[in-house]
Amino acid sequence: MQTSPSTPALLIGCAAGFSGDRTDVAGPVVDTLVARLAGGPPGQRAFLIFETLAERTLALAQLRRRTDAEAGYEPLLDAMLRPVLAQCLAHDIRIVSNFGAANPRAAARHIARMAKELGQPAPRIAVVEGDDLSAAEHQALLHDTLGAAMDGLRIVSANAYIGAEPIAAALDAGAQIVVCGRVADPSLTVGPAMSHFGWAADDWDVLGRATMAGHLLECGAQVCGGYFADPGYKDVPGLDNVGFPIAEIAPDGHCTIGKSVGTGGFVTEATVKEQLLYEVHDPAAYLTPDVVADIGEAEVQAVGRDRVAVSGVRGHARPTHYKVNVCHEGGWLAEGEISYAGPRAEGRARMAGEVLRKRLAGLDLRVDLIGAISILADDAGRALAATPDCGARDVRLRVAATHADRAEAERLTREVMALYTCGPAGGGGVRTALTPRLNTISCLLPRERVPVGFAMVEVDA
Amino acid sequence: MTTITVPLYRAAHGRTGDKGDRSNISVIAWHPALWPLLVAQVTPEAVAVQFRHRAPSHVRRFLLPKLHAMNFVLDAVLDGGVNDALNLDTHGKSLSFLLLDLRIDVPADLQHLLAGPSEG
Repeated sequence: MQTSPSTPALLIGCAAGFSGDRTDVAGPVVDTLVARLAGGPPGQRAFLIFETLAERTLALAQLRRRTDAEAGYEPLLDAMLRPVLAQCLAHDIRIVSNFGAANPRAAARHIARMAKELGQPAPRIAVVEGDDLSAAEHQALLHDTLGAAMDGLRIVSANAYIGAEPIAAALDAGAQIVVCGRVADPSLTVGPAMSHFGWAADDWDVLGRATMAGHLLECGAQVCGGYFADPGYKDVPGLDNVGFPIAEIAPDGHCTIGKSVGTGGFVTEATVKEQLLYEVHDPAAYLTPDVVADIGEAEVQAVGRDRVAVSGVRGHARPTHYKVNVCHEGGWLAEGEISYAGPRAEGRARMAGEVLRKRLAGLDLRVDLIGAISILADDAGRALAATPDCGARDVRLRVAATHADRAEAERLTREVMALYTCGPAGGGGVRTALTPRLNTISCLLPRERVPVGFAMVEVDA
Repeated sequence: MTTITVPLYRAAHGRTGDKGDRSNISVIAWHPALWPLLVAQVTPEAVAVQFRHRAPSHVRRFLLPKLHAMNFVLDAVLDGGVNDALNLDTHGKSLSFLLLDLRIDVPADLQHLLAGPSEG
């Protein structure tokens, strides 16, 4: 579409920041979008996005798909979408998400069934494809890049982080719901903006700005006061009902961040700055498949209550390669815990750790003293060794190790259990876990070797 | 003029992110007038000392003067990262609080800009 200074902003609300996010948050976001559209200028449009994939999520989804051909998409899809699906369809709020995970077509079928159950006409649902490189026919492609690093690996998943173009194309073709697998998180926002404003795929500044809008949205509540509170230093109101973000994207790509009405949390310059820099390395070169975004000269400014405008973002030509994450089986993780409390608790927990080190020769053991020193410390135990007994009176000993062989890993869980009778006095509350592990290696593939696209899903619900 | 020594979290806030075995930690001044103190004192060298047990292979600092912020990128501090580390916090999400526990010197005329109570 042609843009002019009077072109209304595009509204994009985000109702999930990861797989496992709250499922009662989409309602207030959609209510806010509906109210904004009702009171907004003619031609204003709104989208709803859900971001539900992280580095491990896809591998876990592939494992589920192996045992059930209709599984492998976001397990919370129904809980996230059902409360708002009918309202979105009724108000022409289109939905874009990566909740397709390892099986976008099965997710699309689930959504079609959901729409039918809700008494809605069949929505036009598109799936974005091309990211999944886990099939046998992709082995040679991956081997070209990874070479010997791939030898002997039992690959669980391999996915390219693909971009906004197939999302925009699906929307241009009339999709009301776009179901993706591994697209880059900000592309969930860039795709709708590209389609709505008619941006070219090499309009780097606008793409860079929309990418940072997407970056601010993609972790949900994290820009609205979630993951921010530190009582007495960073007080946040209503964290139990924290709101989720809504970006107003201008025709030049810059955004103003707000949040769902009637919710807790807040949007301030401080919350926006923290999220702007989240998972960023060089601020002048934030790499996505769509653009290299540049926030080196970015500014943020509060422009009202719970409204913060971002400016000064630039963009540079996108990378020539896609990033590909390959997840493979990584042996077994064994963990065990036992608690000590009261006088000399820390001393007894430390002694139990030493007993385990002697009993478990051959395993590289991590030892934590939860309540004295744990998650800030290193796996090798340098911090623990440098920390004297500080007399903590409520300490949970945790040990962890990995091994390729299940039986070797299981030695750890058995030895922790045996502390009940063979360890120091007063230990209680043993918990152990033995879990298969997934490891990841990454590589880059030339874009032209990874064809991507979309397909409208014909569903007989 | 008297200076006092305070933990960094009184002058700045921040958040940790991770990609693979690399951690990034933002440090954002609570007030523009505190920003020059951060630039002068929260150096890559000071951060490397604070993270010595994590043995970073490389510490880089990027300055964002218009945000009164800096971004630290610490390589090889996550014991392999989310899929490899034995730490309960495989992402290293808690590490911003290790960085914000650095001590900095603040002159008397800026002390009214510090956040929170003096004991923490």
